Amino acid sequence: MKILRLFFIIFLIFSFSHLKANNDEIKNTITKNLRCLICQGQSIYDSDSEFANSIKVLVDKKLTDGLTENQIYRYFEDKYGEWILYDPLFNKNTYFLWLFPLLIFLMSGAIIFKNFKKPN
Amino acid sequence: MKNRIFLISIISIFIIIFVIFYKGLQNSNVYTPEIKINNKIPEFSAELFYSKKLIDSSELFTLDKFYLLNIWSSWCVPCRQEHSLLMSLSKSKKVNVIGINYKDTKNNAKFFLNELGNPYEKIIFDKEGIHAIEWGAYGVPESFLIHNGLIIRKYIGPLSEQLIKEIELLIK
Repeated sequence: MKILRLFFIIFLIFSFSHLKANNDEIKNTITKNLRCLICQGQSIYDSDSEFANSIKVLVDKKLTDGLTENQIYRYFEDKYGEWILYDPLFNKNTYFLWLFPLLIFLMSGAIIFKNFKKPN
Repeated sequence: MKNRIFLISIISIFIIIFVIFYKGLQNSNVYTPEIKINNKIPEFSAELFYSKKLIDSSELFTLDKFYLLNIWSSWCVPCRQEHSLLMSLSKSKKVNVIGINYKDTKNNAKFFLNELGNPYEKIIFDKEGIHAIEWGAYGVPESFLIHNGLIIRKYIGPLSEQLIKEIELLIK
């Protein structure tokens, strides 16, 4: 019985540490995708400014509150605008940014395709 | 004919790229968050500086009054500059000045207030700086003018005499 209890405790500890590791992973992903507004050019993850450290604490808090990654992005976007996100959303300001490379890709593909066909 | 079209398209692509980059040169590369006006105040509960009591945002801000929420810290030099202006504003009965003490130690903050006076009706103690982020601030000092649960003005950086006059006009 004692052994069973011991196993149960070990299992509990392991499952909690796994949960924590998982949370840390999401936290790192989120903070890497948030821009530091004080030391611009650095992500929140890389920065050690007061602002970045506070955001890291808040991300941790929001994750413990049960918010998803996307909800946390929307929260910061609402506070500081879309610029805080490294990955811009697809909207009327960014559709050119998203579609232009695709357009270039298709156009060059068409040119190559046309040139390949020519000799035959 | 084909070569001509090719040449024209290459030149036009270069012109477009040149115009985009040239326009980009004139943009500032330092981003300041856009100031959103008439946004609702955030809901939060925080610890009060002196009494250590937890207080909700709804208890802090009643609807019919004007509030000036000021984020400050004893280590922030511009906060010293604006402090005398806050002291004079706090004498007005039309506005309540609320402080958020940002990432400070209580001893230093108390020393600061003893030296320069306490303009704040209530002070929120924000040791980790998360309440300032809930307000969308990214540094100290920042001030928010609040009325009817809405942020009607946001001031980034220290308040000046001109801004105090603007606030006095708004709360008349």
